[in-house]
Amino acid sequence: MDKRLSSLSEAVTDIQDGATVMIGGFGGSGAPIELIHALIDRYLETGSPKGLTVINNNAGNGHVGIAAMIEQGMVAKMICSFPRSADPTVFTQAYLAGEIELELVPQGTLAERIRAGGAGIPGFFTPTSVGTDLAEGKPVQQFDGRDYVMERWLKADHALIKAELGDSLGNLTYRMAARNFSPLMAMAAAKTVVQVTKAVEPGAIDPEVIVTPGIFVDALVEVANPAQEEELNRAGAHHP
Amino acid sequence: MNQKLSNAQIAWRAAQDIEDGAYVNLGIGFPEMVARFQPPGREAIFHTENGVLGFGRAPEPGQEDWDLINAGKKAITLKPGTAFFHHADSFAMVRGGHLDVAILGAYEVAETGDLANWSTGPKGVPAVGGAMDLVHGAKRVAVITDHVTKKGQPKLVERCTLPLTGVGCVTRVYSSFAVVDIEGGRFVLREKLPSLSMEELQNATGAKLHVEGAVGDLICPEELADA
Repeated sequence: MDKRLSSLSEAVTDIQDGATVMIGGFGGSGAPIELIHALIDRYLETGSPKGLTVINNNAGNGHVGIAAMIEQGMVAKMICSFPRSADPTVFTQAYLAGEIELELVPQGTLAERIRAGGAGIPGFFTPTSVGTDLAEGKPVQQFDGRDYVMERWLKADHALIKAELGDSLGNLTYRMAARNFSPLMAMAAAKTVVQVTKAVEPGAIDPEVIVTPGIFVDALVEVANPAQEEELNRAGAHHP
Repeated sequence: MNQKLSNAQIAWRAAQDIEDGAYVNLGIGFPEMVARFQPPGREAIFHTENGVLGFGRAPEPGQEDWDLINAGKKAITLKPGTAFFHHADSFAMVRGGHLDVAILGAYEVAETGDLANWSTGPKGVPAVGGAMDLVHGAKRVAVITDHVTKKGQPKLVERCTLPLTGVGCVTRVYSSFAVVDIEGGRFVLREKLPSLSMEELQNATGAKLHVEGAVGDLICPEELADA
């Protein structure tokens, strides 16, 4: 078995119109820029995929990555905790124009909903958001005298994530705080595609340090020297 | 009223209550300043929602590694003992009661301990981040804030009028005028600026300030007054 793909275009070829796509990263840290841009390039060439639901902590920054997806009109809905950034213009304009739907989720609830989706747990109770507008319409139950809100799992058709090392079986390590949501999203998507900074042979990663075991990964593609979203934005980059 | 603490002085005062070895989350923005004023001989271990524990100070300009950031998307640094983890573990630390202190900003704090700090109403794009999680789980949830708004309206109130972040969650408020505990649905005054009379302080507060025992003088380093 070898999960390695030879090209980025091959990595994003089966994402359909209307699909739900989890995209790793917290701001620019961990954002799989090359995978996202390959998806945008496919859309510009073929008109597909569009009408996507994108799950990420944020809603893009500047004119690259998720912001560029929104700018091109590929995204129908964002599920995120914090749709603000240094330059949130693209999302803000689309949202205020009614062109994109927003499901706002507290950050810890977003993480746990994704984890639950990957772990086969359809719902869970959390103290987060009890008594606030974000708990409206959700069941509340008392445990040991305290109120908790029921939240549902979150799953996706695809996850696009970035990792540091990946072997041909899909075992992954991450780089510093770029880990964030990616191990959870790898679990929660029907198909997880990873861009790794260095692809290695099985055995090259110490089993003690593997963060995402290969069972959660369907395909990986090597992108040596990947772009960092924050650096792209500081340079004023646009995609395309 | 002619005197109030600067943000740096409020942050300094909040830092004095953080014990050596405490696990601490500082909200993005103003609360991040608290890290600058750890008393000598004490070392808190800072947690940030995006999966880093025990990180160091901001790097020198030009030395940033943008894969190493805090929840405010600002660059941080490693130091011996730094740990990385994914987001579900990070919020397990938060909701699971493993943090000793969370320090947050506020639009309004009620005498009931309710906090409003994420939304000023239905206009614009709503964003919540980790605020609603952070108010649950930390052993102490403290607020640092100006005592009144820019228009002079009290921020310490009987009931919040803005959308809530959490219900009954705040245990202490460090304001530009006073240190106030929230106990049994009441504001209990612990310290106040010596230059303010009780009447002046009460007039700037939107709910009754209770006094139990001595009220200390709120005195902060003068050199931080302009910071």
